[in-house]
Amino acid sequence: MANLPTDFAELEPFSEWILPSEYDRYGKRIASSMDELQAFYDAAFPRLEDGAEYLKSVSISGISDEDRNLLWLFSSLVTVSFPVEAWRQPRVPDSGATSIDVVVEPRP
Amino acid sequence: MAHFAKPVEGSWTEHFGLATDPVSYDDSITPEQYALEREAIFKKTWLNVGRVEQLPKPGSFFTKELDAAGTSVIVVRNSAGELRAYHNMCRHRGNKLVWNDYPRVESSGMCRQFTCKYHGWRYDLDGKLTFVQQEEEFFNLDRDRFGLVPVTIEEWQGFIFVTFNPKPQPLKDYLGRLGAGIEGYPFGMMTQKHTYRAEVASNWKLFIDAFMEFYHAPVLHAKQSVGEESRKLQGFGYEALAYDIDGPHAMVSSWGGMAPPKDLSMVKPIERVLRSGLFGMWEGPDVGELPAGLNPARSPAWGIDSFLFFPNFMLLVWKPGWYLTYHYWPTSYNTHIFETSLYFAPPQNAFERLQQELAVVTFKEYGLQDGNTLEATQMMLESGAITEFPLNDQEIALRHLHTTCREYVAEYTGSKAAAPTPISAAS
Ligand code: FES
Ligand SMILES: [Fe+2]
Repeated sequence: MANLPTDFAELEPFSEWILPSEYDRYGKRIASSMDELQAFYDAAFPRLEDGAEYLKSVSISGISDEDRNLLWLFSSLVTVSFPVEAWRQPRVPDSGATSIDVVVEPRP
Repeated sequence: MAHFAKPVEGSWTEHFGLATDPVSYDDSITPEQYALEREAIFKKTWLNVGRVEQLPKPGSFFTKELDAAGTSVIVVRNSAGELRAYHNMCRHRGNKLVWNDYPRVESSGMCRQFTCKYHGWRYDLDGKLTFVQQEEEFFNLDRDRFGLVPVTIEEWQGFIFVTFNPKPQPLKDYLGRLGAGIEGYPFGMMTQKHTYRAEVASNWKLFIDAFMEFYHAPVLHAKQSVGEESRKLQGFGYEALAYDIDGPHAMVSSWGGMAPPKDLSMVKPIERVLRSGLFGMWEGPDVGELPAGLNPARSPAWGIDSFLFFPNFMLLVWKPGWYLTYHYWPTSYNTHIFETSLYFAPPQNAFERLQQELAVVTFKEYGLQDGNTLEATQMMLESGAITEFPLNDQEIALRHLHTTCREYVAEYTGSKAAAPTPISAAS
């Protein structure tokens, strides 16, 4: 069963990151180890430039399931980029129990 | 080293006639002061409760919990298409009228009438009582006398405000010069909305303090920038392009060269590929000519203007064509609910949706950093070990906020003291 557009089939092993809500993307990030985050980042980031080009041709209305999945997968990459590129840890440093939770988000 | 010009007085603080001595934070650490602020501030001023896009059609409604004003309101568009607000309370025996599952949780939706869950009384969108269960059991019940209790409501630039002041100033006058200066900005075209909420263990004013100064930014947010850039920013420190104060309201105009950056190595890899970041999409939508109140210094380095409309509504307009709001809803002297909504033009394609996601999530990472200092500050302020705090010129907006709150409270306690039947203010 294909979750993603064929050009991005190599990212299928990371389909658990296809999460339509920022709440779940962030939740999965802070429940993951740095090794897991790094593995996802290392697989997905090199495909982001192609992904960006591809998504430019995808209109929001009438988006297909595969294209939507790709959008959410790369949205997870965005979430994961902070620990990998900046924090070196899953949580924002010193954020302890602080949380800021999404209550409204547009989902095509 | 000054990078941007200051007024002739030598400081913004003196220019706007504020004192320069250390300030006390005893306005943020006691239940008594919060009780006074509820009466003196939250029941007197205009409170922004939402946007017109939340009420697209007749019958669209939402509820708003306003602990600070001691009530809950229903905001609705009536059948004539006009905005109305009511205390969210049934006239029969006082049940909260509109809620789902949990009475303290806000709700929204579409309806033709409001029906009380308790004994089934019904009210139309104009608040008129239209149905009473077993009406004949009552004693000469005059339905016209038992409509929903209205709350004063006005709209400005698509922002919906209510007030509990029995003699309110017109909203436009209340918002003053700072409000007038941004009229005409195309807020209404930015309908792609992301909302976040947090329960914060600090006085409501402390979070406004954190968002009305950027003195903290190069330090607290140091790790958001990549290595060398971060050191450079700390070396510069922070100076605003301009400040403005009008009545109880304030604004800070800030530079922000991140959209797009001159040197791509300054930003994180994900930002380079997505051409987006904290300041939004590097190539934002065309918003036309900016109203005169934005970028008042006319600086080419302009990035963002932050307005605080007293008491608790912040509006941030970003150079790349989007805006966000912050609201700080007190729930006690040392807790509040923080809400933020980010508004973008609807994305043209899935890539733009992804660019907006990066802006949103970057904002959240900053917010988590900003938020996590607050509980720590509140805790120590309450210790009372130190009672005076020096504020610098880049902290003028918070000095002004605390000064304004004290003035409102003083005016209220003054008028109470003069009143024939004194009411215990701290009750
Ligand atoms: S309290 Fe609402 S119908 Fe009785
Ligand atoms: Fe900050």
